[in-house]
Amino acid sequence: MRGLLEALLDWLDERLDLRHWLDVAKKKQVPVHPGSVFYYAGGVCVFLFMVQLVTGILLLMYYRVGADSSYESVRYISSKVAFGWLVRSVHSWGANLMIFFVFVHMFSVFFMRAFRKPRELTWMSGCVLLGVSLAFGFSGYLLPWNELAYFATKVGTDIIGQVPLAGHWLLRLVRGGEDVTGATLSRFFGLHVAVLPAVLSLTMGAHLGFVQLQGMAHEKEAKATMPFFPNFMLRDVMLWLVVINAVAVLAVFFPWDVGKKADALASAPAGIKPEWYFLAQYQFLKLLPARILLIPGELWGVLTLNAVGLFWLLTPFWEAALPESKKDAAVRLAGWGSVALLVAMTLWGALS
Amino acid sequence: MNAMNRSRLLNLLISLGLFGCLAATSYPVLRYLLPPEQVEAEPEALKLGAVKDFPPGSGRIFKFGRRPIILIRDLKGVFHALSAVCTHLDCIVQYSREHDLVWCACHNGKYDLSGRNISGPPPRPLEPFDVKVAGDEVTVVRKP
Repeated sequence: MRGLLEALLDWLDERLDLRHWLDVAKKKQVPVHPGSVFYYAGGVCVFLFMVQLVTGILLLMYYRVGADSSYESVRYISSKVAFGWLVRSVHSWGANLMIFFVFVHMFSVFFMRAFRKPRELTWMSGCVLLGVSLAFGFSGYLLPWNELAYFATKVGTDIIGQVPLAGHWLLRLVRGGEDVTGATLSRFFGLHVAVLPAVLSLTMGAHLGFVQLQGMAHEKEAKATMPFFPNFMLRDVMLWLVVINAVAVLAVFFPWDVGKKADALASAPAGIKPEWYFLAQYQFLKLLPARILLIPGELWGVLTLNAVGLFWLLTPFWEAALPESKKDAAVRLAGWGSVALLVAMTLWGALS
Repeated sequence: MNAMNRSRLLNLLISLGLFGCLAATSYPVLRYLLPPEQVEAEPEALKLGAVKDFPPGSGRIFKFGRRPIILIRDLKGVFHALSAVCTHLDCIVQYSREHDLVWCACHNGKYDLSGRNISGPPPRPLEPFDVKVAGDEVTVVRKP
């Protein structure tokens, strides 16, 4: 068996120079320090994306997009198809955990200052991956075509409509018409199963490529290191096992509800709230008054959120422009300030 | 024509060709993505049923052309008809019997029964409609 594997590896190596890449992986070192545990968050994101791909493809076997069929097919998956409820719940929990780990990964990179030159593009492609993950969450949320999904999409797309000048045009582009209808569902479905997976795969390929090309940040000044392959990789895989078990436990004990079917003529139900990763923005929009200096409050809200996003995206550049003595304090202030604000607003949104 | 000029001319032609190709493909794609305008005539009036179908302290949503409207019969028995689309972020409002006002559950916006935005984030009032009660029949009429 071993001989056969060796022969296969030799055959491939002769054509693809595989051993060269294995040597590159073996030479790559991972710094070992008290914060090393956070290095695993990125790998968990990749793993959860794979889980999403597999469960998403399984859901596609039964899901039928359309205002008259989406809700019915999701109910069918959850109640009639063998293990359908499990596949759907794993997909939903996997999505939530993936977004959680993307945030953990992003903040750990931020606090380790791993965005500094020459890793600006790694940071920015990571920000794009966060945006794509959130777009996945938003577009996937509508697909069961239930009441909560319907109103979340109405509000979310109406926010897009607040963009000055191009707002109405963008709103019609996203909704496929003036209102949230079956046309919106078709668009979100296409986005969720075709456009976003392609964008995420390509961006993730570039993001991982940058890490391979440049190595880990702080590798040179680290007191101790560990080879990426096989030491770090095996630890990564062990954690993936823990994560898939956690997803399975959550999916079994807290399966996702199908809810009530969307009805364009029903009032928004009391207590309606977005998913946890949009709660902070939701609470912020709720706090804004109707008008500030004659301009609608929600327009201020959209502009502020975009400005904050841009500031975060450009972190490597504003940090580089600061005097050396102020850099650490600025990163600590921006990082802990963002974490505190996000957690506080999310909790406020959840509890109010 | 020397080699330098020929090269510049070729660069220009290729650039123009590429730009033209990009424009020629992206314009139809963008137009394709924008849905066609649907012109749907809005009715002037809509019969909603008998007075007894609407007990005092109740609100129901109906479709008026393409738009949802809310017909409210307040605690004193007076009818009010308003656009049911919250002016904040497009949610569908509801009648709160407890407070005798119109409430949006999405971001806690509140309107009085004439449609005026009185609290929370809504920036504008809800569009009011006339309600006519002829005999036993309730009809909602678009304001002139």
